[in-house]
Amino acid sequence: MATQHSRSAARIMMAPAVVLLLGWMLVPLIMTLYFSFRNYLPMRGGDLGWAGFDNYARFVTSSAFWPSIFTTLIIVGSVLAITVVLGVLLAILLNQPMWGRGFVRILVIAPFFVMPTVSALVWKNMFMDPNYGLFAYLWKFFGAAPVEWLSQASLPSIVIIVSWQWLPFATLILLTAIQSLDSEQLEAAEMDGAPATKRFAFITLPHLGRSITVVILIQTIFLLSIFAEIFVTTGGAFGTKTLSYLIFQRVLESQNIGLGSAGGVYAIILANIVAIFLMRIVGKNLDA
Amino acid sequence: MNTTIRVLMGATALSAVALTAQAETLTIATVNNGDMIRMQGLTDDFTAKTGHTVEWVTLEENVLRQRVTTDISTKGGAFDIMTIGMYETPIWGANGWLVPLDNLSEEYDVDDILPAMAGGLSHDGTLFAAPFYGESSMIMYRTDLMEAAGLEMPDAPTWDFIREAAAAMTDRDAEINGICLRGKAGWGEGGAFITAMSNSFGARWFDMDWKAQFDTQPWADTLNFYKGMMDESGPAGYATNGFNENLSLFQQGKCGMWIDATVAASFVTNPDDSTVADSVGFALAPDTGLGKRSNWLWAWALAIPAGTQKQDAAVEFVEWATSKSYIDLVAANEGWANVPPGARTSLYENPNYQAVPFAQKTLDSILSADPNNSTVEPSPYVGVQFAAIPEFAGIATDVSQEFSAAYAGQQTVEEALAKAQAITTDAMEAAGY
Repeated sequence: MATQHSRSAARIMMAPAVVLLLGWMLVPLIMTLYFSFRNYLPMRGGDLGWAGFDNYARFVTSSAFWPSIFTTLIIVGSVLAITVVLGVLLAILLNQPMWGRGFVRILVIAPFFVMPTVSALVWKNMFMDPNYGLFAYLWKFFGAAPVEWLSQASLPSIVIIVSWQWLPFATLILLTAIQSLDSEQLEAAEMDGAPATKRFAFITLPHLGRSITVVILIQTIFLLSIFAEIFVTTGGAFGTKTLSYLIFQRVLESQNIGLGSAGGVYAIILANIVAIFLMRIVGKNLDA
Repeated sequence: MNTTIRVLMGATALSAVALTAQAETLTIATVNNGDMIRMQGLTDDFTAKTGHTVEWVTLEENVLRQRVTTDISTKGGAFDIMTIGMYETPIWGANGWLVPLDNLSEEYDVDDILPAMAGGLSHDGTLFAAPFYGESSMIMYRTDLMEAAGLEMPDAPTWDFIREAAAAMTDRDAEINGICLRGKAGWGEGGAFITAMSNSFGARWFDMDWKAQFDTQPWADTLNFYKGMMDESGPAGYATNGFNENLSLFQQGKCGMWIDATVAASFVTNPDDSTVADSVGFALAPDTGLGKRSNWLWAWALAIPAGTQKQDAAVEFVEWATSKSYIDLVAANEGWANVPPGARTSLYENPNYQAVPFAQKTLDSILSADPNNSTVEPSPYVGVQFAAIPEFAGIATDVSQEFSAAYAGQQTVEEALAKAQAITTDAMEAAGY
């Protein structure tokens, strides 16, 4: 049992790390809040004074704001749906005894180690290019006109690229969970005559509930700030401008730090709304 | 040891110490194109002459712009020399962010810089960046395909001729597109091309009261013509093609014509890289008879941020990299076709360079672009393919995204222009115009 003295010593020893971490988070947050109320235009002479809520009003009334919110939510929702569904299927598949299972598992997980910029470039140039891409050759081979993926099916293209990157993460978490499933339970159900679909629906899926929740929560946090894949492939054109991309454009392209900071505050608010919503809806599983 | 020898040895030692003390390491941000990469390979010559060493930060064009803009506007001080263009230089010079280059050596011969380049890189008559190379845009076309189509390219064609020739050269089954043009979103990509093109159709970004002009007929004519021609004769996915994508298509024989930067001429005529190197012709960018051609004017130039601790060494580097002797150095190592073009008058007077097939057309294109008078109707801004105001990059990127969406068929030209008008009006009002 810790004494009063040892608890004090622990607090003192932890203090530097806590202060550092708090500073790490609080300094950028406070600066963002501060700049969001300033009329800060570096190309027009710098900090031009107090702006009140003008930046907030301008950001939210811009014609690009609501489309960027919808685009963000569509990408997050679609990627989550694809990675969770395919992740469960792949996890079940990879859990089956088969020749070369270890090698296949490494192959499936490999995309997670590729940098987002690199994977986006590979998809753009090697697969989706309408002149040289692999898909274009396949389409032509079957006599069809190549699809102009990034301009005519821009959002689905981004979703495919991002899903490809995140599928290994989902698969890995779900595979670990599925390996902890008691095989005797499944065997008993099978002996009782339960078909495979029912064994999946009533035993496997409930067992995976907690892991699916973890996958959804972690992926949502990262996907809300998706940027590199859009920067590399469409540059925000063709309706692929997410909220984080819009903030980037306002700060770096338009050189309006105040306006971009107000956008950053909106992004924090959106992330918190989504997090609270998720914790309420799916986070219950974590308590079980 | 007598006194004289002692004095001489002492002086030598002092000189060595002094030279070591003056030797600096310069950090230079630059763009990842062929001419700049070549310069990096020749840096040893600079180090041998001055004792200074160089550290390069080489970035892709869009990333470079963002990095150097952020660094200079926040006074980050990460770079001693920056590679910037005609858009940034007058704005940054006016803000006092750059070291004025008004004290260059006599040997450097600042008067030799082409007036169009010096003008675009100055503010109030003071040079703020030295042009490493200058460019305009022109037509590069396949002479064999043009001949097969039974047509002859004029020196200075019209847009109607170009559209007709593009349709005649297009052979979808053989994967030959009559014309390849930029459609990629971004103010320096598709935005630059369509702005230069619009000048020849009588369009402009702003009227003399800084009111956006996308609701005028010349802009509708420009975009409808561009989209119509590209749908007929352009490559698949042209809405996402920029300079690099079109260069690759042309080098692989998939384009009948390409209108783009004059520096591309050396890439498409280089047999090591281009499958069509021996059948490329050149012509001035097209017009519509209104007195303005659709070619732009640009320079990649070296500038020194104010506040650098290594200003003297930085000036030495800028002089070295943009001098006549650097041009001679490249010519000796790589041949005359590969020297940085478009910056100096003397280069175009050099008989060795006059023999390069695209030299004269490049000069003619550069000389025909006037950044102070780029539009048919008067406009309040400087710049051919841009308006040199701080807000332009942000606005033009948004606008070009709407245009690209129209090229891809996601919206009509009318919708794209209406959105462009709203975006620009909103941004200009907010900026206080």
